Amino acid sequence: MTAVSQQASGALARPSAARVTARKKWSLRAPLLPALIFMVVMTQLPFVATLVISTLSWNSLQPGTREFVFLENYKTMFTDSALREALFNTMIFTAAVVLISVFLGLIIALLLDRKFLGRGLVRTMMIAPFLVVPIAAALVWKHALLNPGYGLLNGVLTWIGKLFGDSTPIQPDWISEMPKVAVIASLVWQWTPFMMLILLAGLQSQPSEPLEAAKVDGASDWQSFRYVTLPHMRTYIELAILLGSIYIVQNFDAVFTLTSGGLGTANLPYAVYNTFFAGHEYGQASAAGVLVVIGSIVIGTFALRVVSTLLREETR
Amino acid sequence: MRWTRLIACASIVALSGCGAGGGGGGEEGGKTVRVLMVNNPQMIDLQKLTAANFTKETGIKVAFKVLPENDVRDTIAQDVANEAGQYDVISISNFEVPIYSKNGWLQSLSDYASKDSKFDEDDILEPMRESLKGDDGKTYGVPFYGESSMLMYRKDVFKQEGLKMPERPTWDEVADLAAKVDGAEPGMKGICLRGLPGWGEVFAPLTTVVNTFGGTWFTKDWQAQVDSPEFKEATNFYVDLVRKHGQSGAPQSGFTECLNNMSQGKVAMWYDATSAAGSLENRSQSKVAGKVGYAYAPVKKTKNSGWLYTWAWGIEKASKNPDDAWKFVAWASSKEYQKLVGEKLGWAKAPDGTRQSLYDNPEYQKAAASFYKIIQGSITSADPKNPGVQPRPTLGIQFVDIPEFTKLGTDVSQFVSSAIAGKTTVDEALRKGQEMAEKVAEKYQ
Repeated sequence: MTAVSQQASGALARPSAARVTARKKWSLRAPLLPALIFMVVMTQLPFVATLVISTLSWNSLQPGTREFVFLENYKTMFTDSALREALFNTMIFTAAVVLISVFLGLIIALLLDRKFLGRGLVRTMMIAPFLVVPIAAALVWKHALLNPGYGLLNGVLTWIGKLFGDSTPIQPDWISEMPKVAVIASLVWQWTPFMMLILLAGLQSQPSEPLEAAKVDGASDWQSFRYVTLPHMRTYIELAILLGSIYIVQNFDAVFTLTSGGLGTANLPYAVYNTFFAGHEYGQASAAGVLVVIGSIVIGTFALRVVSTLLREETR
Repeated sequence: MRWTRLIACASIVALSGCGAGGGGGGEEGGKTVRVLMVNNPQMIDLQKLTAANFTKETGIKVAFKVLPENDVRDTIAQDVANEAGQYDVISISNFEVPIYSKNGWLQSLSDYASKDSKFDEDDILEPMRESLKGDDGKTYGVPFYGESSMLMYRKDVFKQEGLKMPERPTWDEVADLAAKVDGAEPGMKGICLRGLPGWGEVFAPLTTVVNTFGGTWFTKDWQAQVDSPEFKEATNFYVDLVRKHGQSGAPQSGFTECLNNMSQGKVAMWYDATSAAGSLENRSQSKVAGKVGYAYAPVKKTKNSGWLYTWAWGIEKASKNPDDAWKFVAWASSKEYQKLVGEKLGWAKAPDGTRQSLYDNPEYQKAAASFYKIIQGSITSADPKNPGVQPRPTLGIQFVDIPEFTKLGTDVSQFVSSAIAGKTTVDEALRKGQEMAEKVAEKYQ
């Protein structure tokens, strides 16, 4: 309706109105320009430079040996077994962490959606792990929880052992025995609250009428969750998965701190760090960085699309 | 050329999200020397003593930036390679000096050192002096403290078990002793050996074991030898020993974790840097002070196997203030500074391993009675040019002095660490290591 009337008025007074709207458009754009230019200078230009560098063979400790090698660095990315493993690990970590934490987040969100005494307090405490600095969270996991000598987990095992009169309880070396699980567990601990927040927002935006109608129609709790709540939650779950993926693909702290990239846990960000700082291979590191960015852009595009459907639905 | 470097740095910082860290950029000119150094205890002492002594005497202010070892290495590499000159003085080791000086990133200190009579260059131990020279024979680094490696063991536990540690043990004897002292006290393991990935972590002690077992990373003409029988035998020995009688959490233990294990009485032996002695004998941090005995680095086919490492001061070529920087460097590595630490903080904390005069000082001898002879003997007998049974292509005892070694060592160490965790076999780890080493060697053949 409004679009039609706008078109109509535009058609009536075309010449002057066009100039007015152009000026108006610029008066809206102009204040944005400094920020836009700043963004382009700070993010896009360096990225172009990185693209260029990723086609060079360039070790910073050997000045004078720099040369153009075209796509050689990208070829190495897929042929070098360590880098390929890093690519693979990144996928495993991202998929496992996102799926587990969305699942746990959904359960916790469903529980927190109910009214009970002290709900606000519980909600705040549930969010806490997400507020911890990532490197600090990783240190807590490495030293306070998983350390075989003085960690909490083995402390609990010792305590349980003592209850049963066992003076030499089993003391597993958690990180060495299950390195990938250790990394995933620490990330799930940190990311579940994030998923829970998004999903809780979704649950609280759900209108109560369909649920009441389902109850009147005799639907069981499971049925009304499966056929009423879950379809409503779909977009929120998608959003949680996509946003979570973008962040977890980039995660560096957990691997760096828990295992220093050992025991087959090195992921792409760690490989970039290692290639750049330990290897001083600027070209190779740039190529790996570009791949991470491309991966994130692919996920990010999907994420933006989901966000925009969400916004459309809000205004509908 | 410079602009590309700057953009490279900026873009990679933007991509990976880890900044190189700014120095005291606002304090250029004037009389401020900017120092970037590693956070080892000796450096922290220096930081504490500088304002009240050096600055008071000379009027030169010193701005310190202190970082952990891995980070300091990375930050320094960035700063010198980009010729950014954010710092005047950097703490570098005998690994970096030959490489950096070859690239023209460091000021030659030969003239400063020979003209400064108070500095007394000839007092510095010869292997230290030699290891801080560039290919051109000029001096590019001044040692702050130096270390070799040695075996530390619990005298009280050995006595209680009726065991005796030879002054120059062999690795076979050490393995035997580790089995015997394992479990001597509740929760006590036989030996602590590093297992944390990193060329400067697990591969520092492991490469000395490889050397004395007759192995090497590369032959004189750059043939990779990582899957040779000797390299394999040494690595199998090391991995078996730490798996059977080593500390818990071995694949995550570096120097710091082992220092904790030893000073908390959780292990009976420890093979590591000689610089650990100061911390082990410090009663405020160590439960085992006074109970530790010291022996030379264990051997098999060579006469000695201790490594040689030094944290030294270098002055960046891009420094705008080299004269004042030299004054600081000369003071920090002087006899007077060692005396200052001795009197203010105790002689056991004096930065050691660099000057003959310290070992001749009766006060130091008294404070370090249990270990100073072993350290002095280890350092003076270390030979970075010829550390094993065969001729080597370049310098280095616990490392190979080429820029590629940091990455090569770190990558291979991840497989070795996995082998220590039992996730892979030594054969498989070294097979992959050999492939990587061959690729590196190609560039030099």
